[in-house]
Amino acid sequence: MALSNVLETPAAGFNFDNAARNAALEGLFDGGQTPKPLKTGTTIAGVVFKDGVVLGADTRATSSEVVADKMCAKIHYIAPNIYCCGAGTAADTEKTTDLLSSNLTIFSLNSGRNPRVVMAVNILQDMLYRYHGQIGANLILGGVDCTGNHLYTVGPYGSVNKVPYLSMGSGDLAALGILEDGFKHDLELEKAKELVCAAIHAGIMSDLGSGNNIDICVITREGVDYIRPYQESEYKDNRKMKYKYRPGTTAVLTEKVVPLKLEVVQETVQQMDTA
Amino acid sequence: EFTRLNLKHDPGKMKEYHYTGPVEHRFSPYAFNGGTVLAVAGEDFAIVASDTRLSEGYSIHSRDSPKCYKLTDTTVIGCSGFHGDCLTLTKIIDARLKMYKHSNNKSMTSGAIAAMLSTILYGRRFFPYYVYNIIGGLDEHGKGAVYSFDPVGSYQRDTYKAGGSASAMLQPLLDNQIGFKNMEGVQHVPLTRDKAVQLVKDVFISAAERDVYTGDALRVCVITKEGINEQTIPLRKD
Repeated sequence: MALSNVLETPAAGFNFDNAARNAALEGLFDGGQTPKPLKTGTTIAGVVFKDGVVLGADTRATSSEVVADKMCAKIHYIAPNIYCCGAGTAADTEKTTDLLSSNLTIFSLNSGRNPRVVMAVNILQDMLYRYHGQIGANLILGGVDCTGNHLYTVGPYGSVNKVPYLSMGSGDLAALGILEDGFKHDLELEKAKELVCAAIHAGIMSDLGSGNNIDICVITREGVDYIRPYQESEYKDNRKMKYKYRPGTTAVLTEKVVPLKLEVVQETVQQMDTA
Repeated sequence: EFTRLNLKHDPGKMKEYHYTGPVEHRFSPYAFNGGTVLAVAGEDFAIVASDTRLSEGYSIHSRDSPKCYKLTDTTVIGCSGFHGDCLTLTKIIDARLKMYKHSNNKSMTSGAIAAMLSTILYGRRFFPYYVYNIIGGLDEHGKGAVYSFDPVGSYQRDTYKAGGSASAMLQPLLDNQIGFKNMEGVQHVPLTRDKAVQLVKDVFISAAERDVYTGDALRVCVITKEGINEQTIPLRKD
C-alpha cells in the first residue's frame, strides 16, 4: 500500500541507474549538440517577517539566450503552509517539488498532523544528496508551522541553510544587496513585501536571466496569499504597425477533403425561450 | 559492481559534474558581448539600427553602447560580437578611409568600403576579428545599399539583413515584411522611409521580448542624400 519513500527507506548508496542511459543518449547525437535542459536563470528571494514568511520570484524562463516563458510560475505549492521557490533546471525544480508535495500529503493523511518545514527540508536534502548533484535544483523553502516561521535553502548537492533572509538564482547577488541593506528582524507585512519586491526588481534589472513580472507569496498562520503577479512589468507592447494577414495569404499547394460519414442516431429538439 | 564498472570505463561522463583529475584551463582571447544590428536599403535611403546593450555572461556592462559607427557622410557600419574587436576594427577602417581620402582626394564609396573590409577581415583569417558587420549606405547612384559580412570577410550586397544575437529572430520577419516571402496575392509595394523606420522599431521591440542580450535602447541611423539622421528610442531594460 505504501507508495512513497516517506514510508520506505530507499536503498543505501548512490543510484546511478540513469548514467548508462544518458551515455547511450549522448551517443545518438554523434558528437553534435545534445539538448540543453531549460534553466530558469532566475531571481528568487525569501524574508522572514513578524507574522510569517514572504517569498518572491521573477517570471522569466530562459533556454540559453532565448526567453522561453515570460510568465512562468517559480513559486511551487508544497503544503497548505509551505511554499517553495525553485531556481536551476526547470524540470528538476518542478518534479522535485511535486514529489515533495505528494510525500508530505501522504504523511499528513497517515499521521493526521500538518507537515513541518523541517520535514520538507530533510526529505529534499536526502533526495538531492542521493543524486549527487545531478538534479540541478536550488530551492528556497518557506513556511509557517506550529514551531514558528521558517526559511531554508537547499542546494543541488544537498546542502541546507536556515536563514532569516536570502536569495538564489543567477540574479541572487543583485537581490542580496537590497536584502542586506533593508532587512531588519520582525518587519511588518507591507514593509516585508516591499523589500522582497525591491530585491527581485534589482535582480530583474541587473541580470539578463531574470525579467518580466514579480510574483509574491505571503505565508502566515492565518493562511497563504499567493499574489501572481504582484507587480507587472512596466514594459508594454508599443509596436505601431499591425501585422495581420488576410485569409489566403499562405499558398495552398494541395488540398484533400475527407468527408466524415455520420449517421443520425437520435434527434432531440429543445425549444429556446427567446422572449 | 555495475556502478564501479561504469566509473572505470566512462570517467568522461562524471567529469561534467565532478572534478576527477587535473583540468587544463585555456585563456580565451574572445568574449561575447551580445547586441543586434540591422540594415535596410530603400530606393533613396538606407537605415542602420542597433540596440545599445553591452553584456557579458548574464551581466550588463553598459546600457548605452550603440553599435552603429559613422564612417562617411553616406555610410554607417553596424558591428556586433566581441566589443574589443569591434572597436579595433572601426579604428582600422577609419584610418584606411583617411589614407584613401588623402591619396585619392575623394571619399570612399559604400561599395569600395565593403570590398576593403572584406580584405581586412580575410587578412586575419587564422585569428579572426569576432565581429558580425553590416554596412549600410548610399551607392554612387544614390540608391540604398546594404552589405553583410561574416567574421572572415565573405560578403554580399543585400536589400536587408540582420546580424548579431537576435539575427535568427529578426531575419525571417524581415524576409516576410520587406521581401514579401511566403505570401500570396500581396502587392509588392516598395518600402517608404517612414514605414521602414517604423518596421525597424517594431522588430527590435519584438527581439527585446525574447532575446536576453537585446534591449535597453535602440539607435536608428537613417542615411539620405541630406545626411545622416540619428534617433534613439527606449527598449525593455530587464
